[in-house]
Amino acid sequence: MLRRNLMLAVALGATLLSGAAYAADPVSIVYIPKNTGNPYFDSIIKGFEDGCKTLGCEFTTVAPASAEATSQIPFVTAQIQRGVNVVAISPNSPDALNQVFDRARAKGTIILSVNSDMPGNETHRDAAILPVDFTKTGPSQVELLGKQIGYEGEIAILSATTDAPDQNVWIAAMKETLEKDPKYAKMKLVTIAYGDDDPQKSTTETEALLANYPNLKGIISPTTVGVAAAAQVVETAKKADKVKVVGLGTPNQMRRFIENGTVEAFQLWSPYNQGLLAANFAVGVKNGTIKNEAGTVFEVPGLGKVTVEKDSVIKTQADLTTFDKTNIADFNF
Amino acid sequence: MTSIDKNPVAPRVIVREAAAPRPRWQVWLIRPEVVTLLLLVIAAIVATRLSPFFADLGFILESSTYYIEFAIVALVLTIVIISGEIDLSPAAQMALSACLFGTAFKAGAPIPVAMGVSLLSGLVMGAFNGFFVTVLRLPSIIVTIGTLILYRGLAQVLAGDKSISGFPGWFVGIDYRMVGIVPVPVLVFIAASILLGLFLGITIYGRQIYQIGTSEIAAIHAGIRVRRIKMGLFIASGLTSSIAGLMVASRLGSVRYDLATGGELTMVLIVMLGGTYIFGGRGSILGTFLAAWLLVIIATGMTVANIAINAQLTIMGLLLIVSIIATNAIYARSQR
Repeated sequence: MLRRNLMLAVALGATLLSGAAYAADPVSIVYIPKNTGNPYFDSIIKGFEDGCKTLGCEFTTVAPASAEATSQIPFVTAQIQRGVNVVAISPNSPDALNQVFDRARAKGTIILSVNSDMPGNETHRDAAILPVDFTKTGPSQVELLGKQIGYEGEIAILSATTDAPDQNVWIAAMKETLEKDPKYAKMKLVTIAYGDDDPQKSTTETEALLANYPNLKGIISPTTVGVAAAAQVVETAKKADKVKVVGLGTPNQMRRFIENGTVEAFQLWSPYNQGLLAANFAVGVKNGTIKNEAGTVFEVPGLGKVTVEKDSVIKTQADLTTFDKTNIADFNF
Repeated sequence: MTSIDKNPVAPRVIVREAAAPRPRWQVWLIRPEVVTLLLLVIAAIVATRLSPFFADLGFILESSTYYIEFAIVALVLTIVIISGEIDLSPAAQMALSACLFGTAFKAGAPIPVAMGVSLLSGLVMGAFNGFFVTVLRLPSIIVTIGTLILYRGLAQVLAGDKSISGFPGWFVGIDYRMVGIVPVPVLVFIAASILLGLFLGITIYGRQIYQIGTSEIAAIHAGIRVRRIKMGLFIASGLTSSIAGLMVASRLGSVRYDLATGGELTMVLIVMLGGTYIFGGRGSILGTFLAAWLLVIIATGMTVANIAINAQLTIMGLLLIVSIIATNAIYARSQR
């Protein structure tokens, strides 16, 4: 009896000790999204939380009320004061945070830019976690539409604004794919419309497309506002069987159109995976198991092998995620 | 009184005793600035309890630099409000003057020249507001809501969606230049508070501004040059805004059209927390000075304690209402 008690005490003591040693320095990570109340960022946060559950890191998230360029600065300063190891942030400005990042890094805090990078100011952060390999966005969208219309017929693009940098890069890639790849030789791009990422204008532009091009077979809208508006117009006009809509959209916006068959499939990436990857990378770099330099390959459970590219850029996934009837129920953002 | 006494037809002489003068301690203690000071002490104690990371003077001073530009403009805004007017455009003036500075620098002007352009623009923007208010006699709240949108729009036309950066090293980082442990912007704020406090408290212009705010018609009859003084206040507001804009440009190392967005509300918040009467005639620089630190303590304390932003905004809103009620109650009491 006594011996049993002793053993229990020893075992308890051992657990306590190891527990204490473990708790002494879990890596602490804070994530600062652009602003509060955006389901897209809630998905990234969920990824961080699940990652930290398995890795044993401490995770918190704080966010400013507005996405104004300087609104995140006091939060970064407060986190340095709290002594967190890693600040992951979706910066509201490519350069307004430079000074405060420099100070954080001088005190040993690791700065990760999540979801978007800081073009031209890469030296002020430690690494950038981006959603997807954006060079594949254009070709991938063309293929998604081509498959649905039998690689034949007139198609149109509904973009954001005329000078939206991301969209213009993707559209250029779409044009190139259509011209160069013989597989798409019978698909003809008739026009590019600009909805300015405004639901009303996007709706009007789509209506004009349907009126002006009666033989139109498909619309690609590589912007979340545009693709939802286009789907709505096609649904109202009852032309879902004649005109296929594809694009980049979020599952919550597009769920209704997928469920009622207006849209067969659309694409995006998984913000959840970005959070998961960022948590793994942060802990690895802090503990010295992952080297933050170009060429490093590391494994993320559930995502496979990931490579650190030039300028410490990490792309979460190579290909876009395609959402359709079979998987849309799994996503909520 | 005397005319009634001399009237022989009066059936009865009404003798009213003057109320006993209020005790001196009441006159000194029951004033809005004391409420602000009390809130400041309470906020500091609560913030220290909320987070073990808060009570660090270096950290509080560093964090204060994020609000101090607004606080500097709020000092001038205090005087504008005491004179019975309001200026809601300073934050937009900060953005436009900073963007003019950035554009001039990008066009090849040396930094001192670009700074001169920015300060000059502050004078012009202030005079523009002043023209509408004093010459065309339009209500300042409407005029400055208009110019708030106008100046912000011009800043966007000028700078577009991109930020302007690449300023030389000596210009960048004013908030990181220290005298002891005090960042330079904080020193500027303290110096400006003392100067404006003296201006309002002991100069003849200061007394005239209180008079204008209390009763503009009486002030005009007393021979006070109301329009000239108001014009001066709007110009001072513009100039101070452009100085604050330059300080933001230096702190961030870049300028953008959306710099200081929403700052006008922070400024009004500081002035109101400091016990300045929104209808003019009453208020003090000391109150605004204390209120600026109250805002710094509350915002910094809650942020470092990881309190969610919606809770932070709720508390700020409640505090503002409490301070306005307190100010009104105190002024109503002292007017009896």
